Amino acid sequence: MWNRIESASREEMEALQLRRLRETATRVCHLVPFYREKFSKAGIKPQDIKDVKDLARLPFTTKQDLRDHYPFGLFTTPMDQVVRIHSSSGTTGKPTVVGYTANDMEVWKECMARTFKMADVGPGDIVHNVYGYGLFTGGLGFHYGAETVGAAVVPSSGGFTKRQLLLMKDFGATVLAGTPSFALHMAEVAREEGYDFQKDFRLRVGFFGAEPASEGLRAALREIWGITYIEAYGLSEIIGPGVAASCPHGRLHIMEDHFMPEIIDPETLEVLPYGEEGELVFTTVTKQALPIIRYRTKDITRLNIEPCQCGRTLISMESVKGRSDDMLIVNGVNVFPSQVEHVLTKVEGTTPNYVIVLDKKGVLDKLEVWVEVDENTFADGIGKLEALKSQLHNEMLNELYINVKIKLVEPKTLERSMGKAKRIIDRREAEGMKK
Amino acid sequence: MTKKYTVKQLSVFLENRKGRLLEVTEAITGAEINIRALAMAESAEFGILRLVVNNPEKARSALSAGGFTVAEQDVFAVEVNDEPGGFHKVVKILAGEDINVEYTYAFVGESSKAVLIFKVPEDEHVRAMTALDNSGLKLVEPMFFYS
Repeated sequence: MWNRIESASREEMEALQLRRLRETATRVCHLVPFYREKFSKAGIKPQDIKDVKDLARLPFTTKQDLRDHYPFGLFTTPMDQVVRIHSSSGTTGKPTVVGYTANDMEVWKECMARTFKMADVGPGDIVHNVYGYGLFTGGLGFHYGAETVGAAVVPSSGGFTKRQLLLMKDFGATVLAGTPSFALHMAEVAREEGYDFQKDFRLRVGFFGAEPASEGLRAALREIWGITYIEAYGLSEIIGPGVAASCPHGRLHIMEDHFMPEIIDPETLEVLPYGEEGELVFTTVTKQALPIIRYRTKDITRLNIEPCQCGRTLISMESVKGRSDDMLIVNGVNVFPSQVEHVLTKVEGTTPNYVIVLDKKGVLDKLEVWVEVDENTFADGIGKLEALKSQLHNEMLNELYINVKIKLVEPKTLERSMGKAKRIIDRREAEGMKK
Repeated sequence: MTKKYTVKQLSVFLENRKGRLLEVTEAITGAEINIRALAMAESAEFGILRLVVNNPEKARSALSAGGFTVAEQDVFAVEVNDEPGGFHKVVKILAGEDINVEYTYAFVGESSKAVLIFKVPEDEHVRAMTALDNSGLKLVEPMFFYS
């Protein structure tokens, strides 16, 4: 364990959270007009916060709020105190921008150090980091965390799979950090290249995050690479990776002394008791540059407050299956686009461009997945393409338990016909059917 | 052997959509590419257009720039007399070598000759050409198409 607070009593934790929450509320109300108005509309003042339960009385913040105040409108510090700026890709609108003071960086490093400590990573370990370096928080978050625990970092970033494998072998990497889909891709390439996983690699643990991973994918990565699988959960609006990390007992502990979690009903916005499934909401209580009150993550999960066998008392969350605004109900079955993507990743090795089309056939929902045939997937031969279709169909049936019609389409037709990165077309709504 | 007689063929993935073929021919014409041989394979939803052209590299970049998915394969071409049994001779040798023909198409060449284009599995490609060459059949050099 990196910090003593990870195993503190509930009373100690709540006392700390209450003090920090009041400080943060005071800070945002003084410094950000947006929050001042929101608090006053909600009829609450920072000094009214007398108990951690009063968190439920505070106003929410959404991704749209961050966009509306692009780029620095919600920062509480002058820019001369900001030492780092990250940003989302902004595929569905304006990018969301996040900033860090020197102290925020220390908080981030601490959270990432705790993450690495979940598998006792430290001096002597070599961390091969394939998270993308750049505006995305993944690469640098893991980088600083690994340095903080005293491990050596190989900042290799994504891409160039063959070279990555060579470096992992030659440098004797003991730790891999990256997205689960890329780690799987690396394994496939390693197999093609004739590597011997036992002899050529020294990996003992992997830290995976930034996208949902099915249990099947996790098991595959454990088995192929022969590693312990540690899940790293985070989102840039809160800090980046380091918001939660899974312990050796498989519980995903939230760094709640910095990020207070709640579960709400996404319809009524009421706070739900521990153990019930709903939307995850975070309030940062130590951040300076961009503190955020009750941020709606759209992630669906549940919380567990029981102390863990690993000795941590930090509250834990279940792995996130998908985002609430992404979930589709097809003939009563819940389907997340991430699951469709997962199958495509599994079959193709890379994630191709795709669109999910929902329609009605009589009273039944009909799900079509249009997959772009790009130069990686295009095989010269009708038979090969038909085989690809039926393989995708079978895998979808295994993974989603529904019959999906696969349609192979030309590249860019998807973009042309429906604008950028729109992954879902629900034609059922057009006929006035309930979603 | 491989280099000498290997002909580059382009295949283009096409959805069965009105006007799509026209867009291919427009892209090729725009790049001033001459099609030397072609064949179309189709299923219910999509098709594959296979082309041997006078400048494969230029054709490929013109098609890619036009948003088409293009792949390149190694094929070979055999010249036979344009008379009964011409095609049979070639197929017989390949069958004798236990080489599976993935697909083939033909066009009538100059005077009394016909040119047959063959696609066999990649790992049989060299063996197929060697067998045909050894049996005295005339393999066509790619320059025939490219010039």
